[in-house]
This record gives sequence, structure tokens and C-alpha cells, in this order.
Amino acid sequence: MSAVQQYIDLYHSQKNLIAGHSSPVMNALRDEAMALLESKGLPTLKDEEYRRTDIEALYAPDYGLNLGRVNIEINPYEVFRCDVPNLSTLLYFVVNDTFYTQAQPAAAKLPEGVVAGSLCEMARQYPQLVARYYGKAADMKRDGTVALNTAFAQDGFFLYIPDGVVVEKPIQLVNILRGNVDFMVNRRLLIVVGKGAQAKLLVCDHSDESSVRFLASQVCEIFVDDDAVFDYYDMEESSENTAKVASVFVRQGARSNVLVNGIVLHNGVTRSNYYSTFDGEHAELSLCGMGIVDKEQSVDTYTYIDHAVSHCHSNELFKYVLNDSARGSFCGRILVRHGAQKTEAYQGNKNLCASPLAKMYTKPQLEIYADDVKCSHGATIGQLDQNALFYMRSRGITEAEARMLLMFAFTNDVIEQVRLDALKDRLRQLVEKRFRGELAKCSGCQACR
Amino acid sequence: MLKITDLHASINGKEILKGIDLVVKPGEVHAIMGPNGSGKSTLSAVLTGNPAYEVTRGSVEFYGKDLLALSPEDRSHEGLFLSFQYPVEIPGVSMVNFMRTAVNEQRKYRGLEPLSATDFLKLMREKRAIVELDNKLASRSVNEGFSGGEKKRNEIFQMAMLEPRLSILDETDSGLDIDALRIVAGGVNKLKSEKNATIVITHYQRLLDYIAPDFVHVLYKGRIVKSGGPELALELEERGYDWIKKELGEI
Repeated sequence: MSAVQQYIDLYHSQKNLIAGHSSPVMNALRDEAMALLESKGLPTLKDEEYRRTDIEALYAPDYGLNLGRVNIEINPYEVFRCDVPNLSTLLYFVVNDTFYTQAQPAAAKLPEGVVAGSLCEMARQYPQLVARYYGKAADMKRDGTVALNTAFAQDGFFLYIPDGVVVEKPIQLVNILRGNVDFMVNRRLLIVVGKGAQAKLLVCDHSDESSVRFLASQVCEIFVDDDAVFDYYDMEESSENTAKVASVFVRQGARSNVLVNGIVLHNGVTRSNYYSTFDGEHAELSLCGMGIVDKEQSVDTYTYIDHAVSHCHSNELFKYVLNDSARGSFCGRILVRHGAQKTEAYQGNKNLCASPLAKMYTKPQLEIYADDVKCSHGATIGQLDQNALFYMRSRGITEAEARMLLMFAFTNDVIEQVRLDALKDRLRQLVEKRFRGELAKCSGCQACR
Repeated sequence: MLKITDLHASINGKEILKGIDLVVKPGEVHAIMGPNGSGKSTLSAVLTGNPAYEVTRGSVEFYGKDLLALSPEDRSHEGLFLSFQYPVEIPGVSMVNFMRTAVNEQRKYRGLEPLSATDFLKLMREKRAIVELDNKLASRSVNEGFSGGEKKRNEIFQMAMLEPRLSILDETDSGLDIDALRIVAGGVNKLKSEKNATIVITHYQRLLDYIAPDFVHVLYKGRIVKSGGPELALELEERGYDWIKKELGEI
């Protein structure tokens, strides 16, 4: 039996339970999603885009799912050790895949008209608003994991910024994974930023210390209307037992400016897909990310930027540091369609293999059908600079410290992309802690051995 | 302070140093000259512990300790300093961070508390003045985008920060215009004392006009073939190396 069959069976037997604990807007897509999953299945290692992450193996275990929305006793503030404390944010929690209603900022703290909260609940309160966007960016046909998420997702986070509204304070969503048995969650994020609006969202992923396995499936849809500015930071600091399969879909209106920065500080297996489409001219996208992986950890990133219209600008930079037997993969696809003239698309993927067993695969793919464009790509896989190491050691810096400084320096330009000073400072500290092996869940990094 | 005895070293199996003997005492300035490929830079690399080189025979004592048994960082902690011929650019590591780490590692080795941020910046300011190093350079990444002269000034600045007992200046004059040369040499002279010593590796007499050596050694084919006083450098400048080769019976 293939891994997908248990989900198909589960869906058909529990359809009413799933729907009963969600909202009509979300339920409306389930049957179609399941039909797609049944015909297409989950991606396999034979799929070109999934050659480096065995999705079937990740989905094969017999995970528990909380379809009946049983209340999980938890105080998120207790579990939540998100290391971005100096950052004053509007803070929300999603525990497993349920929005946590007991701890959220008072509505009065939000500018007028802004809606933030449980996706399930907001889809009940504002069905027309949510229906206008839900499932409209996430292409289920493209990827079985997105179809599966759509069939099972019951809740998550919804954020709506009306036209012209600027939310000064960053909004933070903390995802917490917790369970006593192997557990799967299907989270859904929907973000709508109106014309000329501005906001910043930081999503942090944590898992608790238990030894059970987690599979976190997350689909995030982001709609950024004309002239809007939006930052999306995704920071994973989970456990080695955690597998995360996440897809982010971005639609951008004319003259909009979007920053997406995906940071993997500590994880188990992470597969991230970033799809972005320019719907209006003169829009800008900065898509970047970094990852620090060691031991048996793995990080696999797939990006797809669709320059559907002319005069748009995308800038992509992903950097990974791999140690021990860690594995990494980056595949970056850029499509410049017919007529998308004056496109500027730049892609960079740089990787540091700090141990002889670490493996990195990188693959730039540019498909260009317009003739007046500027596009470039660059991919490198290298080791620590031996000359720099010796230079530092000759000044009395120990080898471990010198390696740490070099690895830290390597990731610095991705941190520099952060447009939130408090987060930038904090990230520097976190990355340094990570390299020193001082992050809570990290026990064996290079620097501390 | 330094006693090199019958030092042999090779890189990738090729022997470069073929028996070096040299004694350096506190307060002395030694110049090591020689034609290209004679082993001058190899000697500095071996003394500072560059892992690319293999010592095949001989010993080096530094204040009674077996220098060759120490890691590069501990050689630095013991007071050895190399001003690199080609200082390395390290993008993303700021000069301040680099220098603070180096200074505090040295203090740790000597059982001292790390310097406070204020004291450290004060020290930076003080030492920067010695080689007229711009504050802007100090806040940049290590050597990144520095001009040739700035890189060499930065080397002497680091030397000033670490206060070594023995400094090796490897071709510090190469790539310097006359003003930069004066500043760099001035810096070295300011740092000179009765307690520390300097080994100047150079091609030309030029630098020795500014940094007066007590002893001059000619390195040729991996051996010191001639030693003398400052007048030897002048003679080399005038006559080249051929007369030495002749003396050795090679020509």
C-alpha cells in the first residue's frame, strides 16, 4: 500500500468529522482536493522536483491527527521559547493545527479594519472575504502535498489588511507542535494585504521536546495587492524528529514589494516550496533564505518565480551551511513569459559544506521567452576558506572559533536582507548561538564538540 | 628568544628549507633577504604553523618551548606574529569582531579577563593611530576592499593590538608606495622595544632604510648562505645576488 492510501481511507471515513470541525469555505474545496490526490498521489523520488526528499517516507508512518479538534491542554507561553523576545510583536499562536484563542492581542491593538485570527473562525465570520482568496493561489494540481493539505486542513491563521492600512508593529505567529504519539498537522495560512497596505509577518515554528515524530504540512497563501508592501519571515527552530513540508504561494499586484525570507535554524527534514507570480507590472520580490543543518538534518528548497508580466524585478538568494552528514538541495526555477519584457531576475544559491560527508545539490533553471530581460543565476558549493582559517588562527583565534566566525559571515548577507532591525539583531545572535551549539534543542554542533 | 636548528621543511613532498640555523635575541632586528624561490616565505609560514607545510627535520625553540609542537593560535598566544605578504580578505567578518576575538583569546590564554567593550574600543583607537588607519576601515570586513597599502597598514595595526614578542614581516614593503612605506615602517619602529624582536623578510634594501637591521642573512636554496651586518644589505642592493652564487661556486 502506498503512503497516500491511508490518507484517502481516512478522508472517506472521517469526512463529516473533518467538515464538522471546520468552516464551509474550507470544506468547499475538500472533495476536489481529495480527487486530485487520489488520481495524482504524493510526489515520489522519481518526480524531478522531489528527487532529494522522500515525501512518501515522510507520509508513511501512522500519525495521529486531531480531526475532532480535541482541546490540547497547553500553555503556549510555557512551551514557547521562541528566541525573538526583544521584539515587540502582535503575537498569535497555533498549537498543532488549531488556532489558540486564549492568548491573542486585543482587537483594539490592531488598526481599524485589520482582521487577524483563526482561519476557521474568520471563514465563518467573513465567508465572502475568505472565499475570495482561499485556495486561489495554492495550486493543488501541481503538488499532491498541497492537495492533501487542502483536503485535511481545518484551521490555521488568517490575516487581512484593508486597503491603505499600515500595520507598524510586526505580527508574529508561533506554531507549536506537541503530542504524545507520532503526530501530523495540516496548517493553513491565508494572508491578504490590500492596495497600498503595509505589514510584516514573522512565523516561527517550534516543536516540543518529546521523542515522538511530527509531520507538519503547511500551505500559506499570500495575496499582495497593488502598491502594497509585505514582509514574510519564516523561521524554523524545531526538533530533529520534525518533518516539515511547506508551500508558500505569493500573488503580487502592480508596484507591490514583497520580501520572503525562510530561515531554518534547527530542524529534522524540511521541504519548502516557494511559488510566486507577478500579476501586475513594476512589482518587486526579494526571495531569500538560509539554513544551518548538521548531523542527519536535511533541507530542501524549491522556488518558482513566474514573471507573467513585464517590468517586474525578482532577486533570489539562498545560502546553506551543511555540517556532519547533513543534506541540502536547492532548485530554483524562474519563468519569464512571452512579452514579460524588461524583467530583471537574479538568482543566487551559495552553499558551504563544512564537512566531507555533507552533501548539497543545487540546480538553477531559467526559462526565458522574452528578449529584453536581465537575468542571471549563480550556484556555488564550497568549503571553508583554508587561507582565511589560517590567517585567523595566526592571530590567536582558535580553530573552532575561526570556523564559527567564517560560517557566521557566510550567512550574514541573508540576515542583512531582513527589513526589521530588532529581528535582524536577534537573528545574528541566534545564528551565532546555533553555530556554537547553544540553541535549546541543538546538542552537538561543530563549535561545541 | 628564538632558536632555529637545522630546520627542514617541504610542501607537497618538495623540500624547500634545507637546514636553517638562526638565533634571535630580544631587541634585535634581523633581515632575511634572498632571490625569488629561496624559501623566505616558507620560513615564515613554517614558523607560524601553516598546515600546508611539513617540517621534516630540525627544531625551533621559542622562549624554551618547542614551537613546532604548538598550534598556530598558541604560537600567537606565546607572542609570535606574522605580517602576511598577502593579507587574506574575510568577507562578513568585521575588523572589530575579528580583533576583539583575537585579543580576548590571547587574554584568556594568559589567564586574564576579557576586555570590556569600552576598553577594547579605546585600545583600538589608540593602536589605529600608530599606522593612521581610518576608523572606516576598522568597521569594515577584514581586509575586504582594502587597497594594498591599507592591507599592510592593517597588518601592523593588528601587530600593535597583539603586542608580539617576535614579529615576522613578510615582504611588508611589496606593493607599497613611498608614503605608505613610511607609515608602515614608522609603525613598526614605534612598536620596537628592548623586549621584542623583528624578522624582516624582504627583497630590497628599500624597507631597511626605514627599519634598520642589526643582522642581515641571505637565504638561498633553502639555506642561510651568508650573514653579516647592515652593510651586507647595501652590498646586495648594489651587486645583486650573483656574487654570492659565485662564492658558492655555482657560477
